[in-house]
Amino acid sequence: MTAATSAFRSLSLAIVRGFVRDKASLFFALVFPLMFLVLFGGLFADQGTSKVEMVQVGEVALFDDLPPGAQEAFDETFEVEQSDDLDAAIATVRDGDADVAVEMQGDELVAHYTQTDQVKAAVTQGTLRAFVDGANVAATGAPPTYTLTAERVEDDSLTTIQFVTPGLLGWAVAMSAAFGAAATLQGWRQSKLLRRLQLAPVSTRTVVAARVVVTIGIALVQLAVFLGLGAAAFGLTLTGSWWASIPLLVVGTLCFMAVGLFAGAIAKTVEGAVNMANFMVLPMAFLSGSFFPLDAAPPWLQAFSRLLPLRWLNEGMLDVMVRGQGPAAVLVPMAVLAGFAAVLTLLAARFFQWETH
Amino acid sequence: MPAAIEVHDLVMTYGDLRAVDGVGFEVAEGEFFGILGPNGAGKTTTLEMVEGLREPDSGTITVLGEPVWPRNPGLLPRVGVQLQASSFFERLTAREQIHTFAALYGVPGARGDEWIERVGLVDKADTRVEDLSGGQTQRLSIACALVHDPELVFLDEPTAALDPQARRNLWDLLRGINEAGRTVVLTTHYMDEAEVLCDRVAIMDRGRLLRLDTPAALVEALDAPVRVVEKRGTLEDVFLDLTGREYRQ
Repeated sequence: MTAATSAFRSLSLAIVRGFVRDKASLFFALVFPLMFLVLFGGLFADQGTSKVEMVQVGEVALFDDLPPGAQEAFDETFEVEQSDDLDAAIATVRDGDADVAVEMQGDELVAHYTQTDQVKAAVTQGTLRAFVDGANVAATGAPPTYTLTAERVEDDSLTTIQFVTPGLLGWAVAMSAAFGAAATLQGWRQSKLLRRLQLAPVSTRTVVAARVVVTIGIALVQLAVFLGLGAAAFGLTLTGSWWASIPLLVVGTLCFMAVGLFAGAIAKTVEGAVNMANFMVLPMAFLSGSFFPLDAAPPWLQAFSRLLPLRWLNEGMLDVMVRGQGPAAVLVPMAVLAGFAAVLTLLAARFFQWETH
Repeated sequence: MPAAIEVHDLVMTYGDLRAVDGVGFEVAEGEFFGILGPNGAGKTTTLEMVEGLREPDSGTITVLGEPVWPRNPGLLPRVGVQLQASSFFERLTAREQIHTFAALYGVPGARGDEWIERVGLVDKADTRVEDLSGGQTQRLSIACALVHDPELVFLDEPTAALDPQARRNLWDLLRGINEAGRTVVLTTHYMDEAEVLCDRVAIMDRGRLLRLDTPAALVEALDAPVRVVEKRGTLEDVFLDLTGREYRQ
């Protein structure tokens, strides 16, 4: 092991220890964003997807001979319960314990429904009518003239968890990278540790590399925790080349470290640096779609958000994680983030002063 | 004896203020050298230029026969520096701290453990630096400066804010370091400390070097009327005699 490797290892270890022993930075890097994930993924999970509860009175031949495709659609829409007593079934519907009671009167399918839930009432009527029409067409023996093919458009049908996981992850990574860099730069300057390291036979490159590698490691842990928890607890499904989010996240981490360096360079105290980083990252998270989709936002806001690095990080991660896109989708975001990183690092170097007068 | 440090005509200006104004001195190898002066006298700026942290506006500096500016990686392992007590990695224990510094200088961690013992911090080795007392912090900071066994050590006010026990124990430690053959350069506000420890002292004020000589010669040269008083112990000696010289929390 060369001297530089040993210095790099022990510096990295020192930084990791400093991070995991700091309850506040651990909280803001992991627990705080995860609280939002649980909030959005758990509490605001898609509503109105529960099935229509149907009470079937006696035999309903129409439902027994459904063609395979229609059977599937039927099962997805209705939760069926059998009954022999029509009055009792209607009473169940009236009490709100079921949405519809159906019976056959000869060739007539009679549905007793309640208007309490208008969406379910409409679904019930529409679906049953479609089955009856389909059965009529089938009975004529003639092929149907018109057919319907339904295709999901991924973006519009993104469930809450699919949307919020990449956005909240982007915010979490941005926050911990910026805070880490800002607090380290200011803290080490205040304690003169930066000066002390300057007088040790270790190159600036080694010191910077240790700090960068640790921050990237933290970002990858955040990625694993977010995707793991999202998939295990809230039904997150990754659809695209999600692995392409790893290089994207690395460049994003560098970009937000540069944001933190800039904040650390212009602030005078550690608290000031962290507040400054917060002041930059939190509004950016709102305007970059970390908490809510920007699709409904006014055009000027959408245009403005393109000036923010976090918007690019979020978009890139959405594309490859849940919009089913290939690795090429992260190339432009990576280039933009790298550009921000370079400019902000130069600005930080321009404003940095060794002494706090 | 060859010079460990040679400084000629050092000048450093901040705007209109000449923080260091034509300072020159030599420190011999193995010497215990003190720099005295009130706050703002230019001691720390002088020291930072000699350590190689700042580029002087003019003047020359040679340390152990080598130039210090720009950053001289060959020289750094031969020099130990204590900048101020709190120059530590956050939230590391005393042992982790000195092991990290040992690794930065490419020396084994066992040397760090030896120093922890020498400065009497074995009981506190697993305590985080934030929880150490002022004296323990100073001792750890000196141990970190010495872990790579440098030929020359710079100590910036190492006994500031210490109780008399800790101060006298540090004196013993510093004397031991010097007697082991190292050159020591120290700044202090305490005259008794300079008198007891230093072979020679430089007295600075307003960026200028006012006097440079042995403490005894400086006292002798004092132009004031000579007071014929029998030398006796100080109040501090009485206090230490009564309360002992063990380290306190």
